[in-house]
Amino acid sequence: MYSFELRQPTSIGGAVRALADGGQILGGGQTLIPTLKMRLADPGVLVSLGRVDSLLGICTDDSGRLCIGGATTHAAVAEGGGAYPALARLAGRIGDPAVRNRGTIGGSLANNDPAACYPAAVLASDAVVATNARDIAADDFFTGLFETALDDGEIITEVKFPVPASAAYAKFLQRASRFALVGVFVARFASGVRVAVTGASESGVYRWSEAETALSAEFSPSAVDSLSVAPGGMIDDLHGSPEYRAQLVRVMTSRAVAAC
Amino acid sequence: MIEISMEVNGREVTDQVEGRTLLVHFLRDQLGLTGTHVGCDTSQCGACVVHVDGRAVKACAVFAAEADGRQVTTIEGMAGDDGSLGVIQQAFQDHHGLQCGFCTPGMVMSAADLLRQNSNPDEDEIREYLEGNLCRCTGYHNIVKSIRAAAAAMG
Repeated sequence: MYSFELRQPTSIGGAVRALADGGQILGGGQTLIPTLKMRLADPGVLVSLGRVDSLLGICTDDSGRLCIGGATTHAAVAEGGGAYPALARLAGRIGDPAVRNRGTIGGSLANNDPAACYPAAVLASDAVVATNARDIAADDFFTGLFETALDDGEIITEVKFPVPASAAYAKFLQRASRFALVGVFVARFASGVRVAVTGASESGVYRWSEAETALSAEFSPSAVDSLSVAPGGMIDDLHGSPEYRAQLVRVMTSRAVAAC
Repeated sequence: MIEISMEVNGREVTDQVEGRTLLVHFLRDQLGLTGTHVGCDTSQCGACVVHVDGRAVKACAVFAAEADGRQVTTIEGMAGDDGSLGVIQQAFQDHHGLQCGFCTPGMVMSAADLLRQNSNPDEDEIREYLEGNLCRCTGYHNIVKSIRAAAAAMG
């Protein structure tokens, strides 16, 4: 990989200052380090958040939201996210155990891989992504393939999840990468049902509004049977055609509802 | 260059590294601990699994400087000071849990982290936990058997 200067600040303010002249944020590195090895990135300066203790941890706020520090690992969420069981289960099935001991929620969200699991949970839960500068609503955060509303050098400090009455994530595993071939997160709130789909669209995670309407009217696995999903804009690769993914969107939604 | 210090297998070490030096290369090339293997170098295979502060990580996907001040355990640290095999290592030998042996260090380190969390895992739990450790000899059956035996031996 190209040479770079590694900085390891111990506070959010220190991280902001370290990024003042540009450079790239390093979370758990489980995507970025392989990317650096392939010389697909040449950041010059890499600012690790691994020693910023204030970015670690899980708590419940006064509104009952589960709040997870941006540098909290998937393993920590799997173990300590019991207040939101569907989220803890999702975290416990990302990658493999050694990856879960390093990968972080903030890193996953900032990367916004179109097949990553966390974006589906954040979008379906109507979570808030807090940064060092502002709060960003989930509906405004994910802006496209590997694209988010984050500015350069903006650090995800915390993700605040409203806890639904019931929720489940159904992941059709792409066995080699352990990402989702298609994953659907269904969250049922008193105000209605939200459905977020990952792994399917070329534009990244999205809400399936037709399913939300159908499930808000009748919350049962068969409520989505009559809906059709258009394959246009779906990912086409050796693991699945757009038509296959479109079919999986409906099937995985149904399975998620059944698991709620 | 950055000066880093860490405890590796109970021994304090200090050395200079570049920011981009991976933990696995620090262990192998600078400390001579070549038991930790570089398999795929793309964080798929798990041959490089070591423990940092007691948790299994892929040493090819961690910078050495990120382990500054931490406790690191490698496969060499699983054996006794006299070279006698640890319980998991002995179980792998007794139950033919290795064929070519390349994946073995990572398998043993992952198994140790699993048994720390779950002292009596069933076969499915072991297989699921090893999803990030590949054995190209496909010797999974005896690896699972070895870990079951190690769990029983550790009581």
